[in-house]
Amino acid sequence: MMLPQASSFAPNVDHLFDTLLALCALVVIGVFTVMIVFCVKYRHGTDAERTPAHSHLGVELAWTLIPFFLFMGIFGWSVHLWIKLRTPPKDAQPVYVVAKQWMWKVQHPGGQREIDQLHVPAGQPIRLVMTSQDVIHSFYVPAFRVKQDVLPDRYTQLWFTATQAGTYDLFCAEFCGTDHARMRGRVVVMPPADYARWLHAHQGTGLAAQGADLFRQLGCSGCHDPQSGVHAPNLYDLYGRTVPLADGSQVLADERYLHDSILLPKKQVAAGYAPIMPSFEGRIGEEDVLALVAYLKTRTHAAEDTDEHR
Amino acid sequence: MSTVELPLPRSYLEEGFGLRSWLLTHDHKRIGVLYGLGITFFFFLGGLAAALIRWELVTPAGDLLSAETYNKAFTFHGVVMVWFFLIPSIPSTLGNFLLPLMIGARDVAFPRLNLFSWYLYMVGGIFTLACLLLGGVDTGWTFYTPFSTMFSNSHVLMAVVGVFIVGFSSIFTGLNFIVTIHTLRAPGMTWMRLPLFVWAMYAVALVMVLATPVLAMTLSLIGLERLFGVGIFDPALGGDPVLFQHFFWFYSHPAVYIMILPAMGLVSELITHGARRRIFGYKFMVYAIIGIAVVGFLVWGHHMFVAGQSMYASIVFSILSFIIAVPSAIKVFNWTATLYKGDISFDAPMLYALGFVGLFMLGGLTGLFLAATALDVNLTDTYFVVAHFHYIMVGGAVMAYLGGIHYWWPKITGRMYSEAWARFAAILMFFGFNLTFFPQYILGVEGMPRRYHEYLPQFQVWNVLSSAGATILGVAYLLPLLYLAWSLRHGARAGPNPWDATGLEWQTASPPPPHNFDVTPTVTEGPYAYRR
Repeated sequence: MMLPQASSFAPNVDHLFDTLLALCALVVIGVFTVMIVFCVKYRHGTDAERTPAHSHLGVELAWTLIPFFLFMGIFGWSVHLWIKLRTPPKDAQPVYVVAKQWMWKVQHPGGQREIDQLHVPAGQPIRLVMTSQDVIHSFYVPAFRVKQDVLPDRYTQLWFTATQAGTYDLFCAEFCGTDHARMRGRVVVMPPADYARWLHAHQGTGLAAQGADLFRQLGCSGCHDPQSGVHAPNLYDLYGRTVPLADGSQVLADERYLHDSILLPKKQVAAGYAPIMPSFEGRIGEEDVLALVAYLKTRTHAAEDTDEHR
Repeated sequence: MSTVELPLPRSYLEEGFGLRSWLLTHDHKRIGVLYGLGITFFFFLGGLAAALIRWELVTPAGDLLSAETYNKAFTFHGVVMVWFFLIPSIPSTLGNFLLPLMIGARDVAFPRLNLFSWYLYMVGGIFTLACLLLGGVDTGWTFYTPFSTMFSNSHVLMAVVGVFIVGFSSIFTGLNFIVTIHTLRAPGMTWMRLPLFVWAMYAVALVMVLATPVLAMTLSLIGLERLFGVGIFDPALGGDPVLFQHFFWFYSHPAVYIMILPAMGLVSELITHGARRRIFGYKFMVYAIIGIAVVGFLVWGHHMFVAGQSMYASIVFSILSFIIAVPSAIKVFNWTATLYKGDISFDAPMLYALGFVGLFMLGGLTGLFLAATALDVNLTDTYFVVAHFHYIMVGGAVMAYLGGIHYWWPKITGRMYSEAWARFAAILMFFGFNLTFFPQYILGVEGMPRRYHEYLPQFQVWNVLSSAGATILGVAYLLPLLYLAWSLRHGARAGPNPWDATGLEWQTASPPPPHNFDVTPTVTEGPYAYRR
């Protein structure tokens, strides 16, 4: 059985793997051949010439440095690929994943929810924003050659572009307790047209809309709306901006910052505001946090204007 | 009051026969033997757990063991094999026995501390066995948080206490070896005349003393969080689970070198003897040992490329991991070159040594795949990793340990073992080992995650092969137990130097007298002076 190459990374990763394999095979065959030749030629009882040989600096340096530089080439190649693996393109479509003992819960921006399945379109970069509700898990799709640990109370991300329609195995790769081996699922890659139909058929309330409801229900709007009398940061156009903090440092308002500001508001206090926000840790689940984050990302003046003109 | 003229005790074995004479001994040789008994017991216990694991994995369904039991089996296998077999194996058994003999000393620097180390080892072992009897622990030997601190319902504390205690046994042994090597070398035994085994003991002792306290600290923090809910690793309490991984691997990666450095030193003794040659590039071999010990402290982050560590940190850990391959490669090339113009005979110790070089090389080279970040993303936490570290630890460290046990068996017991049986066992082990673990590389490349109690049907063929190999390997490991035990009574008497080997340990009787040498030897040349 050969593992399918179903993502844009897969052929590149395999190419590097094969090159390193060939290089290592060369070393192994070389050393084994020399060992066997010596073992036969110089076995006890043969009349081979045996004047003692002495260590030789040149020999030591040659067999140290030549392989070293070859392997440094592999290192450079690997770093090049690694940086690509770790840098999602700007236009990647976010999909939210919450892991828990022992299942994968997926939420699409349009509100579609899945368990132990992930539907994605072929050809479109997908960025998974992942968190765990309990222990550490790891999202692993061998056919894509991607893996990323999923941590509690923290967002990690993983991106890929699926290239071939089909169904691929999804495994949890980090030991997470009794049913770790059953924490499996499948990733279904569909042609874009089929994917659009699938999205339509499974449409729910959009994630951002769910977040907007929560924003009112949980009382966030009581302080964070511009009309409010409380001195709290107004959250328009927050996502993607650099926020100055009370301790003098700065932080990029990414998904992780939004998540932490909801659950652990005292961790990073925005400059100029009193640390009066209550923590929502333990009061709302990770899926609700995701909805809030999705909503905050849409809370821009530009979006508001479009709404008004409509 | 009358005095009776007693004959002087002849060997360390005849110094006393009661249990008391063993349990209160200060003799490094007896303590080495006591360790030997302890680690043999734990090796077969850990092996039994491995047998259960391989047995379960013959079929894709989780039918033989429950998921719970399977998780406890691989945890027990890991904990026992790492801390109660591999780490003490060569240093505490052969190292204890041989180190003073090899440098011409009467004992280690602190004989009482040496006995205390053994007692700590046993007490740690009792806690680990108690943990097993109470129902076991299911976290994996890595105790990853927050699973181990807040989620596991098994006996984590008991296991952690056992490992904590056995860690101090390592620290004291390391301390003892460092002081012994610095202060008790015989006249003329300069640093550059030390056998490579002694150099390896020195390096490993440094690593033990510097790294093990970090393990003790980390395990204590697990205890604090589990018992009192002090938030250190669990984010729900304000902690950071990745911090645990940094602490854990800061110890556990150097611990890999605690397991393999002694094997490297030991194999240098076996190959020079087998080829009857001086080691090729002695100085390079010494520098390589020291280099591995030092750089070994700087590569721990390569266990965490997908754990949420920064992209740039991973690049640094990646290049350091490539660099540590250099001294390992130097060693492999020098061992091979030592065969050149040798006068090679293939006794069992030499077969083990050659097997070691081959398997260590395969294990080391596959380490490069895991050091390359972009490849590691796919391979980490799969069976590729399992195969990789078993090639280093079982193919490497265990092969070397058994080679050493055979080579010094006449010195330890005064008896020769059966050469034919020993060669047969060594060859059987080599084939059994490869059949067990090579298929696991393929499983990893095909994407089978590790620590899976049940698996998808496409992985079955390679799992069946692996389990078949494990059966052969199990039989091969039982053989030495039988023929070595047989030799204790029926083996031919060895005489002081049955191998016609160099090295101070061969210049005294077999088994050696309690104080090793009647006259302190004087050293006039470097090691491995074969075929003058």
